[in-house]
Order: sequence, then C-alpha cells, then structure tokens
Amino acid sequence: MRKKVFQLIVDNTAGVLSRISGLFSRRGYNIESITAGVTADSRFTRITIVASGDDEILDQIEKQVAKLVDVRDIRELAPENSVYRELALIKVRTNSEQRQGVISIADIFRANIIDVAPDSLIVELTGDQAKIDAFISLLEGYEILELARTGIAGLGRGTEKVVYL
Amino acid sequence: MTGADAIVKCLENEGVEYVFGYPGVAICPFYNSILESPVQTVLIRTEQNAAHAASGLTRVSGKPGVCAVTSGPGATNVITGIATAFADSIPLICITGQVNSSLLGSDVFQEADITGAVESFVKYSYLVRDANDIPRIFKEAFHIANTGRRGPVLIDVPIDVQNAEVKKFVYPETVSMRTYKPTVKGNMVQIKKVVAELTRAKRPIICAGGGVLLSGAQEELLAFVEKHEIPVVSTMMGIGVMPTKHPLYFGMVGNNGKPYANRAMNESDLLLMVGARVADRAVNQPDLITNNKILVHIDVDPAEIGKNVGPSIPLVGDAKHIFEDFLLQDFTCEHKQWLETLKEYRKTMARKRIPNPAYVDPAGFITMLSEKMEDDGIYVADVGQNQIWSCGYHIVKKGRFLTTGGMGTMGYSIPAAMGAKLAQPERQVIAVCGDGSFQMSMMELATMRQHHVPAKIVVLKNNYLGMVREFQHYNYKDNYSVVDLSGSPDLEKLSSAYDMKFLRLENMDEANEKIDEFLKQDESVLMECIIDPMDLV
Repeated sequence: MRKKVFQLIVDNTAGVLSRISGLFSRRGYNIESITAGVTADSRFTRITIVASGDDEILDQIEKQVAKLVDVRDIRELAPENSVYRELALIKVRTNSEQRQGVISIADIFRANIIDVAPDSLIVELTGDQAKIDAFISLLEGYEILELARTGIAGLGRGTEKVVYL
Repeated sequence: MTGADAIVKCLENEGVEYVFGYPGVAICPFYNSILESPVQTVLIRTEQNAAHAASGLTRVSGKPGVCAVTSGPGATNVITGIATAFADSIPLICITGQVNSSLLGSDVFQEADITGAVESFVKYSYLVRDANDIPRIFKEAFHIANTGRRGPVLIDVPIDVQNAEVKKFVYPETVSMRTYKPTVKGNMVQIKKVVAELTRAKRPIICAGGGVLLSGAQEELLAFVEKHEIPVVSTMMGIGVMPTKHPLYFGMVGNNGKPYANRAMNESDLLLMVGARVADRAVNQPDLITNNKILVHIDVDPAEIGKNVGPSIPLVGDAKHIFEDFLLQDFTCEHKQWLETLKEYRKTMARKRIPNPAYVDPAGFITMLSEKMEDDGIYVADVGQNQIWSCGYHIVKKGRFLTTGGMGTMGYSIPAAMGAKLAQPERQVIAVCGDGSFQMSMMELATMRQHHVPAKIVVLKNNYLGMVREFQHYNYKDNYSVVDLSGSPDLEKLSSAYDMKFLRLENMDEANEKIDEFLKQDESVLMECIIDPMDLV
C-alpha cells in the first residue's frame, strides 16, 4: 500500500464532486482525504485527493478519474517537488493550570490560539500531515474535545508543472 | 421556439430518424414538438426496451440511437437498458423528462433523481437548467456518446425548460470541450514496438473484442491478418469481426468459448488484445495470457489497459486507426507451423454434442438457420443457454451478430432486433431467444405490429430458465429452484393475437423446410423450437 497525492482541475459543474467521490466508492478505492475549492478562474475547481492502494490501483485511480468528462487534468503531486498543507482546529479541555502547557506546545509548533474559554481553548495549526500528527501526539495527557482537520491541499513547486487553462 | 422544439431540432441536425420511447406528462412538450418533425417515433411497450431498441439501431447504423421517456418511473425503468449499453460500450442518447425545476428535490409526483441514479452507467449526463443551453448540450452529448470509448449519455430536461422560450437556435458546428479529448490515433513508438514483436513472434494471435466492431475496423483487421496470415480469435462481443468460416478465424474464447480458441490464445507467444476488456468471462485466468508471452493491449480507453492484466506493450487508440497504421508498416512475420497447429486443434478439439433426436437440437438448428440466412443478415442473440448456443453455432457470413455480452440482460434480442430492422429494413433480422428471455420482452410484439417491423423471432422453448437450471445442475446437485417456466403462454395463440405468422418445430426432421418457410416470410413471424429441457451448453 502506498499513498499518493493527486491534484485535479475540474469543471465547476453541478455534481462534479459527487461524480468523483462516486467513482471512488463504487470501484472500492481508498480515499484518505479530499479537499476542493475554486481556482483563480471561477469556472474551475481544484481538488486535492490523497488516495492509497498498490501501484496498479493507484494507476487505475489516475486513469479512471482522467476519464471523467468533467476532469480537465489529474496529476500526482510527488512529495519531492510539491508542498502540502493541512489546517487543523483542535479544541483541548484546559483548566487554568493546564492552559499554559498547551500554549507552550502550540508555540513550538507556531500554532495559534484562536479561542479561549474558561475550560477549553482552540488551537489552529497549519502544516503537513506529519506535523499535525506530531502535535496531536504531544497533546497526550490533555483531553482533546474536538478535532477538525481539513485534509491536505497541495501545489507543485516552481512553474514547470503549472496547469494552464 | 421552445426548449422542446429545440431538442427536436437538435435531433434533426444529428440526422436522427427514430426516437424510441414512452410519453408521460414530464416529456409531453417534447412529444408534442416532435409531431411536426420528420423524426419518427416508436411507442415501445416498456422503457427498458426503448434503450435496447436504440442499441440495436446504433449497432447497425453506427449512429447513436435515441430514446425519450418520462420522469420518475419512466426514467428508472430505462436504467437497465442504459446499463446494458454502457457495459457493451454502445452509444445512446437518452432523454428523460423531469419535473418542474423549481420542484426538483422536493419528492413531488414522478420525481426521480435520474442523473444521480444513472451516474455509474453513463458516460456522461446532463441536467438542463436553461433552455438556451440545449443546442450545445445535445451537440456535446452526441459527440461524447460516439467518440473514444463509446457509451450512453443521458439528458434530463425539466418540463419548464422544455416549455421555456429559446432566444436563438444555432446548432453548433463543432464541439469545444477542453476536458474531453479521446486519443484515437496510436502512438507511433508503440506501434513500431508491436511490429518488432510481430517480426520476432513464432506464435502470434489476435483476440478481437467488440471495440473492433464499434470502430468499424473489420475491413482493416481482415486486410491486416490476411496480409500476414495472423490467426484471430474473438470475445463474445467480437463475434462477427470476420466471417466464422474464414481460415484464419478460430472462434470465441472464454468459459463458453471454443476449447481450441482458448488453447490457441494460451499457447501463443504474442497476443494482441484489441478492443477487449480482458473481462472474467473471456479470460478467467489473466495469468494465462501473460505467462510466457508478450501481451499487447490495444484499446481506445486507457483505463482498460492494465485494469485486469498488465500488458507488455500498451497501445491506446481506436482499432480502425491502429490497423490502418499497422497496414502501412513494412514487415514480414513467418509462422506457418503455428497455423498448422491451430488448424489441427480446430479439427480435433471441437466439442462434441450428442443431440436428443426427440427434440430440436439447438446447435444443429442454429447452424442450419445461419447457413440459410441471407449473407448480410443480422442475428440477434438473447441471454441464457440460447446465447451460448448462438455464439457457438451461428455462422457469420457478411452479416452481424448482436448480443449483450457485458451486462447479459435477458430480453435484449427482440427490441434490439426491432431497432436493427428499423435502421436497415432491407436486411434480414432474426432475434433468437429462449422462452424465459422471450417473456421478458414479449410486450414488444405489439410495437412490432403497430410500427410494421417485420423482424423474425425464434424461441428455443424448454420450459426452463435453462442457464440457471444448468448452473443448479452442476452446483446444486439438480435441486432446481425457481427455474420452472410452466406458466408460459401458448405461443401459437399469442402469435395469432399479434397477427404474426407462427411455426412450430418439434424435432430436426422438418428443420430444413420449416426454416425455409420461416425465412421467406415478409411479415413478422415467430418460430417455436421445442428443445430438450435437460440439454446443457
């Protein structure tokens, strides 16, 4: 099993997300995360999909997605020449004694505290998945009340592989 | 001009001659507009068969067949027909009426989310929101359906969009879709690699699938294999790529194929799979077609290459273009001994059947029927034991053999034959079905009668769902469950109710005369053949 990050540029048609997610579910492909948002040109949506499978499956995923009429482009965002980022919002139960501990971990990770309540706080953290996983594991001993992760968004480095539409 | 008028205009621009369908409130504006048009309508008796009839028409005319049904149950009924076409890569345009767009999503009477429901069985689908988009959408739909890997496209049109005013109707000359650009021309580097392998090969073979027929590459294939004396086997969907009795043709492969065809494919050292999916029924052990051989997989759909088996040389392109390019290559390939071996296999490995003389022998009957058919006749096989016998014993001369190999939908043959006959009325068209599959489509006898479609029907009657009975024979020790068809109607009375000529054949003694009589009828005719209920394929 390998993990691959795909970048898709798709026509912003009604139902395009359901066509893509439907393809993954009916063919039994594993999807770890999917993020979507409009591009600089509002006719198109950029989707970043993290999928896992063996080489044949990953190859099939790329071909089957490419086959969808609404898909303009699909390519791998290979780790060596791409950047990935994910945003996580983490709500931690904190009393007055615990609060400073969480804040200092957040500082190390350059995370922001975006909400403070008498018995909890919300940390906002951006980074690649490993960084977020590392942060969460450092919170062991604290009670994580709620966790929201966006899934990754990514871009290739440089101008070589820019998809011009 | 209304949206409905615009739809009809689009069909006229595409040269559509027939629309198969069933009206309902939500598609009434369309059926009202079509009254003024030269496009003819055929009132099918259940929506599933509208898609099958359109499929039959498509497969002989090469132009996407069109069906038009109403919303809700009309739309959901057509799904099986669409799925059948999808599995066999048959281009269709299916228009569905839809409830008023302001009511979409509120579960009103006869509302069904058809674009959602049919998503996995269509090449693409549209929900029309603005009547002014109709010309572009139809132009795109016909283009998508009939290019690349062909397939059905569904267009869902809410009734208010059909009634809306279209400002200006201009049917686009060309399609501009930047996302959809199928590769039809093969990559020359890959073609040269294949040629290099063909030069080296001692035991080359081509396995041709339905893709060869869909691209209309029969002539090119024939020219190529005759030039280099390359033997050919086919999948079920590929039957008819070349004449059955051609010395270079070695039959259908697969579970239900010819043993010598499978052996030929497995013993080859270079296998060219062309327009075939390498699906389970044709190749149930994919490793056998990659072991000790070079596998070249040629398909217009890149996703099919490597899906079921990893080829040594992938080659994306349309079969017609590929064979044209192959024909331009100058090379020799020598394999006299291989052809001798295959001819020996064909002679010695033919499956021997011991027919029961008390009944019609389906194998003997089908061979006799096909030998007597007109050379360019169209034979439509249904699904069940009858299909396997048809595949095994029908002899294609210059005609066509139509069946559904992918989905295996019972009841396909009668509506498909009707569509084929309407497309090319001068050709002889025969549907061959079992008594189970016949009863799945027998309501279409009324359509044939109403629209004067003189297709011929053969019913191989054994009072069983034979294919399932055979499966239960082998796998459930003859514990037959829900396969007895003894409530079936008297086909003689039924034929008379539909003004059809009726013939009954009870054994092979009269086969010769009865088949002659059957074939010489100008009107529609039904022939019942009583076959051994315990017969096995």
